[in-house]
Amino acid sequence: MTAVRTGNTQAKRDRRNGRNAGRGRAEAVTMVVAGVVAFPLFWMVLTAIKPEDEVLSADPKPWTLRPTFDSFVRALTVQNFGRYFLNSVIVALAVVLLSMLVAFLAAAALTRFRFRGRTTMLIMLLVVQMVPVEALTVPLFFLMRSVGQSVPAFGLNHLGSLVLVHLAFSLPFAIWMLRGFVAAVPKELEEAATLDGASRFRFLWRVLFPLVAPGLVATSVLSFIHAWNDFLFAKTFIISAAENQTLPLALQVFVRPDQNDWGAIMAGATLMTIPVLVFFVFVQRRLVSGLAGSVKG
Amino acid sequence: MSTATRRARARSGEGRTALAYLAPALLVLGALLAYPVYQLVVISFYDYGQEQVSGGAPLEFLGLGNYTTLFSGSRFWAVLAQTVGFAAVCVAGTLLAGAALAVLATRVRPWARTCLFLAALGAWATPAVAGSTVWLFLFDANLGLVNNVLGLDGFSWTYGKWTAFGLVAAEVVWCSFPFAMITLYAGIKAIPGEVLEAAALDGASTRRIATSVLLPLLRPVLAVVTIQSVIWDFKVFTQIYVMTNGGGIAGRNLTLNVYAYQQAFAASEYGLGAAIGVVTTLVLLAITVVYLRALRRSGEEL
Repeated sequence: MTAVRTGNTQAKRDRRNGRNAGRGRAEAVTMVVAGVVAFPLFWMVLTAIKPEDEVLSADPKPWTLRPTFDSFVRALTVQNFGRYFLNSVIVALAVVLLSMLVAFLAAAALTRFRFRGRTTMLIMLLVVQMVPVEALTVPLFFLMRSVGQSVPAFGLNHLGSLVLVHLAFSLPFAIWMLRGFVAAVPKELEEAATLDGASRFRFLWRVLFPLVAPGLVATSVLSFIHAWNDFLFAKTFIISAAENQTLPLALQVFVRPDQNDWGAIMAGATLMTIPVLVFFVFVQRRLVSGLAGSVKG
Repeated sequence: MSTATRRARARSGEGRTALAYLAPALLVLGALLAYPVYQLVVISFYDYGQEQVSGGAPLEFLGLGNYTTLFSGSRFWAVLAQTVGFAAVCVAGTLLAGAALAVLATRVRPWARTCLFLAALGAWATPAVAGSTVWLFLFDANLGLVNNVLGLDGFSWTYGKWTAFGLVAAEVVWCSFPFAMITLYAGIKAIPGEVLEAAALDGASTRRIATSVLLPLLRPVLAVVTIQSVIWDFKVFTQIYVMTNGGGIAGRNLTLNVYAYQQAFAASEYGLGAAIGVVTTLVLLAITVVYLRALRRSGEEL
């Protein structure tokens, strides 16, 4: 009896040890993969703080003993990088604020009201996300050109044109995702607010808006990234106004046919990545649950 | 007033309020998405070049002329095949890496998982232009770390057609597998533990649990991730443009998207560029139908 029990415990312990060994292996693999995935980012920052002779060395070392901010200084001063940075911030913030406002109203309408054509609109929102925005560069180029003839601020060579297109492209997904957050607010709350004499408008801003705020933050990240990362439209719309270029294009300035200034390019890439990383880490948890929610419906 | 009319009036009032809330979104989407889509189709029917843009020559209606030019040349078919092949490799790589790492993430303790997720979020958050340039530098012929380690001094990865495509595909997988991994991880976590325990109690092997229990339960999530990846990878623009310097030497690394852009803005053949855009849209619309079907089958309620 005792022997059986010990044997049993022994088997259990063996199994546990086996599982621990397996888990140890899995964790080792995980760490190697994490290292490989993070490596390009490490290399980007490292190159940015290396002195120029080490960057141009044919025998690159994975460390530096003489860290310097020279490359950052070159990136920020020589090519007017600060100005491009500011332009990118302006475009991204304008897109985030406008798209959140418009998407919140639309999501409230699509979730809180029953009306004819509602399902059709929801399907359209999904379909519209599949339209390759890059294919629309040609008509949008002409559209912005004619808009610019009456309202220059929203025409070619102006930041307004970029705000408009990114607003349009980030809206469908923003509405789609916010819908889930609005739907999670119990219907009884609206009834209670109405009974207390709150108007629809008041309910919308005083009750619904604060409750959906976490969802707004998660959604805003995707709108932000969309506008921040854009290369194509900045390249197409901002043709001759160098002072209105955005970061992705500024990075290309350092790429020269003869000799790339890799230090400055990596410093620029680092500066460009930091805001997105900060934004991401900030909303990481909400983003994951938001994505999971939007996938599961 | 009868209850029915009151309810009807309330309903129409609701409709009006809903419309007011929707108006800004409809305005933006109509003017900046629906109208350009219509315009795209219209432009693709015309001979629209530099002279027509500047008003120096009248517009000439070609009907399907741009499309016949496109379909009769061998270039378009080559680019189409390249696009499909490139997207297929990217999607397969993204899904394999994403699924394998999602499963791995369920097997390790939280600290290791956090490390993996942080690294993945970093890759995901890196702007495409920044990521592309970093990868270019890592694989630079003379200064790159990779050539230094492999002892391939002076070997240019971006010169050869296939090495260039491979390099771009690797970068695309690097920045797009995190979405697949995190979504699939959430999907696996949503499966109740009892289901797996019951299968294990019934004596199912790990492999059998994976293929007969996990996979069917994950199918809806997998479908969404797959089709989302197809849509993204079919439209890769920045990586190709930056890493192969606008489509490779003599355009041998072109994909449909970059091809359309080059035709329109580099060659000033706006009509032809628009036609390529229409074709790309139609291919993706076909994929959209599959996407909607997959969602419906998985019981997604609209």
